[in-house]
Amino acid sequence: MFVLNLLSNYVGIRTALASVALIAPNVGDKDFERLKLRIILTVVAVIAAVVLITFMLMSAIFFVWLERKVSARIQDRLGPTRVGGKFGWLQTLADGLKLLVKEDIIPTVADPVLFRLGPYIALVGAYLAFIALPFGNRVVAFDMNIAVFYMLAVMSTEVFGVILGGYASGSKWSLFGGMREAAQVVSYEVPRAISVLVPVIVAGSMSLSVAARAQSGPFWNWYIFHDPFTFLAFWTFFTCGTASCKRAPFDLAEAESELVAGFHTEYSGFRWLIFFMAEYGSMFAISGIAILLFLGGWNTGLLPFELSQQFGIVGNIVNVIVFILKGWFLVFVMIWVRWTLPRLRIDQVMMTCLRYLLPISCFLLLGVSCWQLALTRLGWLDNVRYLLAGGSVLLVLLFLVKALTSASAANPTQLMPGPWQLDRAAVPDVSQSAGPS
Amino acid sequence: MNPKDALFVIVASWTGLSAIAVVVSQNIVRSAAWLLFSLAGTAGIYFLLGADFVGATQLIVYVGGVLVLVIFGVMLTAQGPFISLKTSTGDWGIAGLVGLIFLGVLSSSILFASWPVASDARMKDAAYSKSSVALGQAFLGIKEVSGPGNVTSFPSNAPRTRLPMGYLLPFELVSVHLLVVLIGAAYLARAKRRLRKPR
Repeated sequence: MFVLNLLSNYVGIRTALASVALIAPNVGDKDFERLKLRIILTVVAVIAAVVLITFMLMSAIFFVWLERKVSARIQDRLGPTRVGGKFGWLQTLADGLKLLVKEDIIPTVADPVLFRLGPYIALVGAYLAFIALPFGNRVVAFDMNIAVFYMLAVMSTEVFGVILGGYASGSKWSLFGGMREAAQVVSYEVPRAISVLVPVIVAGSMSLSVAARAQSGPFWNWYIFHDPFTFLAFWTFFTCGTASCKRAPFDLAEAESELVAGFHTEYSGFRWLIFFMAEYGSMFAISGIAILLFLGGWNTGLLPFELSQQFGIVGNIVNVIVFILKGWFLVFVMIWVRWTLPRLRIDQVMMTCLRYLLPISCFLLLGVSCWQLALTRLGWLDNVRYLLAGGSVLLVLLFLVKALTSASAANPTQLMPGPWQLDRAAVPDVSQSAGPS
Repeated sequence: MNPKDALFVIVASWTGLSAIAVVVSQNIVRSAAWLLFSLAGTAGIYFLLGADFVGATQLIVYVGGVLVLVIFGVMLTAQGPFISLKTSTGDWGIAGLVGLIFLGVLSSSILFASWPVASDARMKDAAYSKSSVALGQAFLGIKEVSGPGNVTSFPSNAPRTRLPMGYLLPFELVSVHLLVVLIGAAYLARAKRRLRKPR
């Protein structure tokens, strides 16, 4: 389904480009030709918009299932197992159905207009970012040359949905959540934008397509390995991105142990659903920016050539699949982090941003500027990328080997070590069947 | 009417109607929300005209910054749950007068100014929408020199000359000015501590 969607998207964009190329050199001066091209262009634009929102919502369905499954495995549970046969594939659809038939409540003290408006502003903010997000070489709804700036600008409007929703609910918990979200997002926008500037300086362009095209070939061409500063900038950007998506450990806006449910305390049913569609959409968009600017974009990182230039449309489809898989992996990392780390306090959140992330990102910006200047004189500095890439791959391999060879800690037939082991008689069945050596 | 004009009419009327709603709305947070739509609509007009950089800047500066400040201000000043503003008749009169005068200035300048038309090929060139490139080069002092009185259209092969100073220095001066404002705000907002007198 995704592949079909993306195929039609790709074809649509190629048609659009062709028709633009036809319009530009004044070929079709006849009115009829122009009208035909305009209709084609409009239809193609509508198709691209529909495909993008379909992709955003479909991946939100997948992410909700992933979140349930990953959180369950991290907490030593099974998670959904029954709906839709194996692995609970259709759990999200069941959730969605439940949310759709839930009673739609608007509190009597709420401001009804703003209360209704909040979720849609959040969703539109997340959706608009997808318009400039390239999924592959020229597979993009609108290829802006300032795509990354546009995406950050548009995604900063998402916070208004949260603030308005929190304010309009007429509940103190919601208001606290909205205020925290405002403070947090406004602060984290600054180091996020500065971290984005680091690879932008290396690429020499704010266009995401240009940045990704410059990283084609083997994985040591990726900007994350370009120099030590971009390597660190990836981590600061990813941290700030997690915070701006209000994901744990930065989910102060909805801290359920303190604020009931934060800004969406009073929301139920469909509007609540829309808030979460927006959250998952912006998670993928942030991951997309991180991939395009640091992790090689749609390039596999294993082949020495660009797929779409070698194999045409087939290569392009492979590129899109690679990009989406990378995006899903980063979203998986966000989920993994959420269920691993404890939530910070609000003062710790602000301190992390203003005292650590902001100076670090400023230093990285300065460092990468000097590095780019030094590269013009000292050519051997270019070899640092092999060191960084090799070291990172070695670290990941070591981690994998260690994780695969060490014994599983959560063996259900074996008792964990603890004081109960002193009194074996009390639990005869388990300890005998397990036979701990 | 081609799609671009239709879109312009839609976005422009959206912007105008939201702007009217900002003024008419009694609830201060609602009018802030309408302000958001009005500013976002302005950004939409910039995007429609192919000025992506200006549009994104409009979003990030006005929508992102100013409106957060508006909402902060509203939240910090509001005493009750939802405050409403009541405009007196005199205020309406003064505001209407000022608005009408401003409208007159704008429409007279639109009507009486001469509008040079850019060359047709330039307008349709998709590659020309690289507004950020031109802007960045202008910051560094590389400008396309335009003919006298011809604002929007450049000679097709105008020489790119490096002027002694670009917009970078004024830009930096303005940001220093902002820094001064920030320090002043921090000083005013800081809790006053009494100095301990030496015994």
